[in-house]
Amino acid sequence: MSDLTLMLIKIAYLAGLWLFVFMAVGVIRTDLLGAPAKSKRRSRSSPSGQDATSAPRRPAAPKAPRGRRNEPRSLVVTKGPLAGNSLPLGPHPILIGRAKDATLVINDDYASGRHARIYSENGRWFVEDMGSTNGTYLGQQRLTRPQPVSVGQPIRIGKTVLELRK
Amino acid sequence: MSAASNSLALPPVKRRNAELAMTLLAIGLTLYALIETGLTRNGEMPPQLFLYGGLFGGLALLAHVFIRFFAPWSDPLLLPIATLLNGLGIAMLWRLEQGEIEGAGPMNQLILTAASMAVFAGIIFFLKEPRTLQRYPYLMALAAVVLLLLPLLPGIGMTVNGARQWVNLGFTSLQPSEFAKIALVIFLSGYMVSKRDVLSLASKQVKVGRFKILDLPRMRDMAPMAVMWGFCIIVLVILMNDLGTSLMLFGTFLAMIYVATHRSSWIVIGLAAFFGACALLYPFVHHFRVRMVTWLNAFDPEVYCTDAALANPDAFCNTAGNSQQLVRGLFAMAEGGMTGTGLGGGKPGFVFEVQNDFIFTAFGEELGLTGVMVMLLALTLLVERGMRIALASKELFIKMFASGISFLIGFQTFVVIGGVTRVIPMTGATIPFVAKGGSALLSSWVMLALLMRMSNNARKPAPQAIQDEGATQVIQR
Repeated sequence: MSDLTLMLIKIAYLAGLWLFVFMAVGVIRTDLLGAPAKSKRRSRSSPSGQDATSAPRRPAAPKAPRGRRNEPRSLVVTKGPLAGNSLPLGPHPILIGRAKDATLVINDDYASGRHARIYSENGRWFVEDMGSTNGTYLGQQRLTRPQPVSVGQPIRIGKTVLELRK
Repeated sequence: MSAASNSLALPPVKRRNAELAMTLLAIGLTLYALIETGLTRNGEMPPQLFLYGGLFGGLALLAHVFIRFFAPWSDPLLLPIATLLNGLGIAMLWRLEQGEIEGAGPMNQLILTAASMAVFAGIIFFLKEPRTLQRYPYLMALAAVVLLLLPLLPGIGMTVNGARQWVNLGFTSLQPSEFAKIALVIFLSGYMVSKRDVLSLASKQVKVGRFKILDLPRMRDMAPMAVMWGFCIIVLVILMNDLGTSLMLFGTFLAMIYVATHRSSWIVIGLAAFFGACALLYPFVHHFRVRMVTWLNAFDPEVYCTDAALANPDAFCNTAGNSQQLVRGLFAMAEGGMTGTGLGGGKPGFVFEVQNDFIFTAFGEELGLTGVMVMLLALTLLVERGMRIALASKELFIKMFASGISFLIGFQTFVVIGGVTRVIPMTGATIPFVAKGGSALLSSWVMLALLMRMSNNARKPAPQAIQDEGATQVIQR
């Protein structure tokens, strides 16, 4: 190996290392520019193969079918300050409200301390309003007595919307 | 909606293919390092190239495929950066074994990488919601204390190079303090979440004339800091001679209390207490004094131990310790210059323990400033991603947890590289992912797994309502 070849190999290696850094910074760009800018750029130029999996801003709704009777596994917050959180469903009832000892503590101005309860009975899940000020809505109906909930039915408490997911 | 208006939220893109491309590049760079070493030293391709390439590349790709299935929304940069750093470490150990250090143990490091990646996968698979760790803050505190004190137990504790921080398990030895750091971060996150208001609001103002100088916390709120301080000083410095861990734990504590309360007075008080204790201890703790003298007077012939000084029995190096390791490391890095000698072209073996704490000097010599900057940038990017995850997360506990872990990685890097480059005294810690050592490697991958899981949960788009049309309209304020 001549010295010149070795030096070229060395320089190529350092260049490779810097390529890594530049690629990393390129990936971080999505942080600053966000996904829409990304997709705009993609429509202009051909996809570079790097980002084929990037999802659109609004992903397709999860596969949970509406009509089928299946066991819900989790309680998901779809709207409100806690949107995105989920809670696994177990044998115990879930108390929702602003009180510290609630199972799901929601920081919502329109929720009461102990707002509503979600519990299972004979394999079905029920939601019950616990005498809240602003009421609990199942769909568009204000709850007056415990009502059975099925997967995907929106339960609204203040500005928070929850639903059961399988 | 809340997700769109929150500018701190991360865009919900997966970018797994970007991760794949960058991981492949990181593997390629590792193999290239092996080839470069072989060509420079023997003029031929290294015979074990396919063994290393297959094993390391296979492991990294397996990790990538695993992430595709089990944490598809996680940050795409974390795995490639870890792969690059880990790969560079293995390549450098392999290079050191070629004629420099007997038993640098690249194969051993590769096996440890495999074990660490298995733990990494296990954590991602089983810990679906890192917030469940919030339930056991005091248990975690206990675990951290036990782990830290484990080396003090007679029988299993071991003293290596003056610091009592090893545990001998018979078949292998562990450095439990590496894991104690993670347990401590979990404890502090949980603790700060519950005590945040008290720690950040209750205060006494110190005024000079009309000007507010400091917001002093109440005396009774100082208890956690006093406990932490006492532990770091008494147990770690006095009993165990473990300056690195002490500095790391206390630094992490200060950073986390600052993140939780946004009050600089905590940092002022904490640093004053820590450095005050160090100044007081200086005349009494031998180990500590040696570190300071070899740092401040590294180039003094009596401290370095030249032949002339060796003849003088009263010289510092004959009574305490010498600065040869540090100075030789500095000269090795100076030898590297801008572009380095090329892998395999230098003589990193002159530096004592170059495969452990001083591996940075080997990189400095053979890759030069240009290559070392990449290493630093990679570590910086890792910390940046961690902080970004903390910003994008919604829960306070996760914010604290992610920022604590990223600070730990960044601070550990600073302590090691600062020590090697003589910015601060040497303390004995390892660069995350790079340096040799099972405990350090495993704890780095554990931290990476935790960050990965948190980033997955932070970037995952909020679930869409299945029956959007049915809900009552909510009037937005």
